[in-house]
Amino acid sequence: MKKSTLFTAGLSTLAVAVLAGCAGNSSSNLPSNAELDAMALKMEQSSFHDKGIVKVKEALTLDDTLRACDAAAVAGHPLDPATAKKLEAENLKAIQWPTDGKYLGDWKSGEKIAQSGRGRTWNDKADAANGGNCYNCHQIDPKEISYGTIGPSLYHYGKLRGVTDPNSPQAQEVVKYTWGKIWNAKAYNACSNMPRAGYKGILTQKQVADIMALLLDPKSPVNQ
Amino acid sequence: MTVHKLAAAAAALGLIAATTVAIAQKTSTEAIEEYREMLQDGNPADLYEMKGEELWKKARGPKNASLEKCDLGLGAGVTKGVFVQLPRYFADTNQVQDLESRLVTCMSTLQGIDPKEVINGQWGKGERANATALATWVAAQSKGMQFHLPQSQPQERIAYEMGKRAFFQSGGSHDFSCATCHGEEGKRIRLQDLPNLTKNPGDGIGFAAWPAYRVSNGQMWTMQHRLNDCYRQQRFPEPTYGSAITIALGVYMGVNAQGAKSAVPTIKR
Repeated sequence: MKKSTLFTAGLSTLAVAVLAGCAGNSSSNLPSNAELDAMALKMEQSSFHDKGIVKVKEALTLDDTLRACDAAAVAGHPLDPATAKKLEAENLKAIQWPTDGKYLGDWKSGEKIAQSGRGRTWNDKADAANGGNCYNCHQIDPKEISYGTIGPSLYHYGKLRGVTDPNSPQAQEVVKYTWGKIWNAKAYNACSNMPRAGYKGILTQKQVADIMALLLDPKSPVNQ
Repeated sequence: MTVHKLAAAAAALGLIAATTVAIAQKTSTEAIEEYREMLQDGNPADLYEMKGEELWKKARGPKNASLEKCDLGLGAGVTKGVFVQLPRYFADTNQVQDLESRLVTCMSTLQGIDPKEVINGQWGKGERANATALATWVAAQSKGMQFHLPQSQPQERIAYEMGKRAFFQSGGSHDFSCATCHGEEGKRIRLQDLPNLTKNPGDGIGFAAWPAYRVSNGQMWTMQHRLNDCYRQQRFPEPTYGSAITIALGVYMGVNAQGAKSAVPTIKR
């Protein structure tokens, strides 16, 4: 289809833009940052094509949070605290708390979900159960030695936070925070690397409850 | 010889699979180190290099010509040293091109092969597989040389800026960007070490490591293939082969890796 024309268009459209752009970055003779941003957006839109369940339009449409965090990263500085706070509040508002009031499910199922990194790639089916991808970035049950380090270790997660009975009033703050963090990590850190598992519909309410149990149930191997 | 080495590597893979749970971490780490050392012993990429050299010299396509007059940046027919200076700007196409997209240009102009056969093709098949073999052979001619991508043309400097923006672009269901995994030092996914690609990650690491032979699936992967699978795991849509974003990312990683020595072709898990 259009793939080959895209290819020849390639980076040459960018070249035309630079020759026309005189307003540019004075130091390096480049277009201004705003012009470069617009060019990058155009490049992204033309470089990808739909495949399987992943659609270009959906995948590249960003909300305010991602746009602000990406821009700060390109500029090479952290997001300003006021914007971060505002975006965190928006994400916090979007958290869906358990409709049945049940925060903790079954830690054994939680372990399976935490192990699975499947789902939502162009090879996956739309109706397949998604994994939580947890071990890709976190240490959790110490028996699993193949864990990633992009996120902090979650070994002894409940124990370290003094959770002996997740249903007790004393535990409510930790329990609620943990649910919120899994549902929408950007509610607590606007530019967190962690996917918004509930908010983006990656995991169901039941799956989140099972991961909650893996982290907070005193019987879970995480808290032994 | 390569078959023998492959068998040894496969046996090592089995060893790792057997040491998942219950065994002390030290033992597994040792087993993995042993496996990695074994990988250095022999690289099936040699076979792709041989195929690539043959394809370079052979008269092929509707025009029945070889690629020996192909200009990869340092003049017609020069293959040594070109890899560590790509992607770069080419006046004849008025584009910044990486090794693979430039090879496609030469296959088209010199041999009359339709670019669509590579761009719309499948990994490991037909003309795309030929482009992979060619890229492997050409890249291997620069083994041990230091990356120094040109940035003198405005198009090349713009491509760097585009690549930087692409690198930090989040998206997809999981909000991942390249930077999620490759923006910091000393991180890993599961047990896989992740190079920090915002700077020079070191000789033979990151941009200086691809094309690479993948033991786990028995395939030769170029940088186009590596980026394609990164985007798949990022839950992004598929980047078109040789598309502007893939080349811009090459410029970003290549310029950041300035001074790093190429170890290509390497061998990977």
